[in-house]
Formats: sequence, structure tokens, C-alpha cells
Amino acid sequence: MLALISLLAQLTGDGEAGLSAIGAGLGYGLAAIGPGVGIGIVVGNAITAMARQPESAGVARTTMFLGIAFTEALALIGFVVFILLLP
Amino acid sequence: MNVFALDFPPVSHLFVWPDFLFTDTPVALNKTGLIYIAAMLLTAGLFWAAGRRRALVPTGAQTVAEAGIEFVENSIIMQTIGPDGRRYLPFLTTLFFFVFFSNIFEVVPFIQFPANSRMAIPLALALVVWAIYHVVGIRAQGFYHYFKGALFPPGVPKALYVLVAPIELLQILLIRPLSLAIRLWANMVAGHLLLVTFAVLSAALWGTLYVPAVLPFAALILLTAFEIFVSALQAFIFTILTAVYIGGSLHPEH
Repeated sequence: MLALISLLAQLTGDGEAGLSAIGAGLGYGLAAIGPGVGIGIVVGNAITAMARQPESAGVARTTMFLGIAFTEALALIGFVVFILLLP
Repeated sequence: MNVFALDFPPVSHLFVWPDFLFTDTPVALNKTGLIYIAAMLLTAGLFWAAGRRRALVPTGAQTVAEAGIEFVENSIIMQTIGPDGRRYLPFLTTLFFFVFFSNIFEVVPFIQFPANSRMAIPLALALVVWAIYHVVGIRAQGFYHYFKGALFPPGVPKALYVLVAPIELLQILLIRPLSLAIRLWANMVAGHLLLVTFAVLSAALWGTLYVPAVLPFAALILLTAFEIFVSALQAFIFTILTAVYIGGSLHPEH
């Protein structure tokens, strides 16, 4: 795996820049895993709540957006690191 | 950088605009600043036009303003703070419309730049929110009780306070304003980058191969619609989180 990565990095011509680009891409991908699962759980449970009690859909929707906002922050920090790491 | 061997402008070229007015002075103006002034004038103008001639049956700007105020009151304040949060209605409504207007320039033709993809104003807004929820908390509960309630939330085993108190302190002093600012800023950066990527792809393919250009162009149209949704959603989330923080300072946990 590491050999493959360094080979890919050399293919771009500039080894250092290539490596940091690969690092940025991998970093963003890794940072997106957790929040992706988390947002899925939040939205899935909110939909369950809305389906069971349609009369409380308003509260569930507001809370769902709050939950999404808190979970999404982690993915966004990963995205910021991705931009910072770009060569 | 290149995407599929196409020339793609470096990230800094997409977000840094040269000053064109009052250059080399502290009040130098560039595109971002101009968009913020436009957003401010739009927000002020909307409510000025709505309040100028108040009609029982609203028309034009009054419809938009009344719908916005009702939305902020019913789905933000009543859901998070409660009836005593009505006094923050003017602030929260202004915040919502200002953030929305500065975001929506992302999809306005020929401007196409979300002003909030520069960190300055999101951070300034987050610092204003930071100051407001601390002042509200200290005024409502007193300095000692506000920080005691925030640092030592009830219902936590005594031994865990060693861990909880520093985390909560970091949370209310640093993490809340930073995450508020980064959430808005990074969403707008990501949206702008997406739109630019697909615009560059369609433009490059349009020059050489005409048929495959249909795909990125269709994606561009869909993403533009999605970004309108994201602009409104981010304004909503910024406002609702502000309301949640104010509500948390106003009503201590029991």
C-alpha cells in the first residue's frame, strides 16, 4: 500500500507535492467516514420519529437539523485540513 | 492543479479578489466587501420597504418580511428558547436574512461568489454571538451561577467533573464560536468549489467534445439548485444555533 502511494506520488513528477496531495485526499476521506455514519443515524432516527408521530414532526425536524449541524462540523474540519494540506 | 488534465485555477485564485477601490488604505474595498455591503443594504431595504406602508393584506416586500419573521419566531425561537425568547426576534431575524443574502450571491449570475467563503464576517458574526450569549447568561443568572451551571452540569457523577469541567470550559469559550464560524465558512467554500469544478469541466468539454459536456452541465444545474438550498439551510442553522446558545444561557439546566 505504502509502495503504491509513493509510486503514485512519483508519477505526479513532484514527489513532495504528490505525497501531500494524496495525504490531503486520504485525510478528507477518513474524516468523512464518521460524520457520514453519524448523519445517517441522526436523519434515520428523525424519520422514524416523524413517521411514528407525525404531529411532532416540527420538533423532530428542528432537532434533526441541530444534530446534523453538530455532526457535520467534524467533516467540515476535515475539509478545512484538506484545503490546508493541498500543495 | 488539474482535473482530468484540464487547467483548474488554484484554490487561492477562486477566493482572493484584488482591491479596486481605496487601494492601500485600511478601508480598501474588493468584491467580497462589496457583496457584504449589498447584503446589508438588501436586509435593511427589505425591512424598510416592508414597514414603510403597513397593509392588513400584505403585498410585495411585506409578504417576504412577515413570512421571515414568522418563520424565525415559530420554527427557531419557540422551538429552542421558548416564549421569553421573543425579545431576541429582531436580532435573530436580521442575522438570518444577512447570512442568507450574503450566501445567495453564490448563484446570482455574473457575481457568483458566496461572500461567506471568506472567514472574516463568519468569524465576526460568531464573536458577536459569543459575546451575546455570555452577556445574556451573566445577566440572567449572575456570573457565578452562569459559569457554575455551564462548567458543572447537574446529573454528572462527582468524580467525572475533573474531565467534564475543562471540556465544557473549552466548549463555551472556544469551540462554540469557532465551530459556528467554520461551519458557515467551510460549507460556502465547498459549495463554491463544487460549482467551479463543474463549470470548468463543462466549459472545457464544450470546446472540444460537445456531447459529453451535457453531463457536467446537467450536474452544474442540479448543484446550483442544491446550493440555493444550502444557502438557506446554512442561514437557518447559524440562526438556530445562536438561539440554542442563547436559550442555554437563559435557562440553566436543572
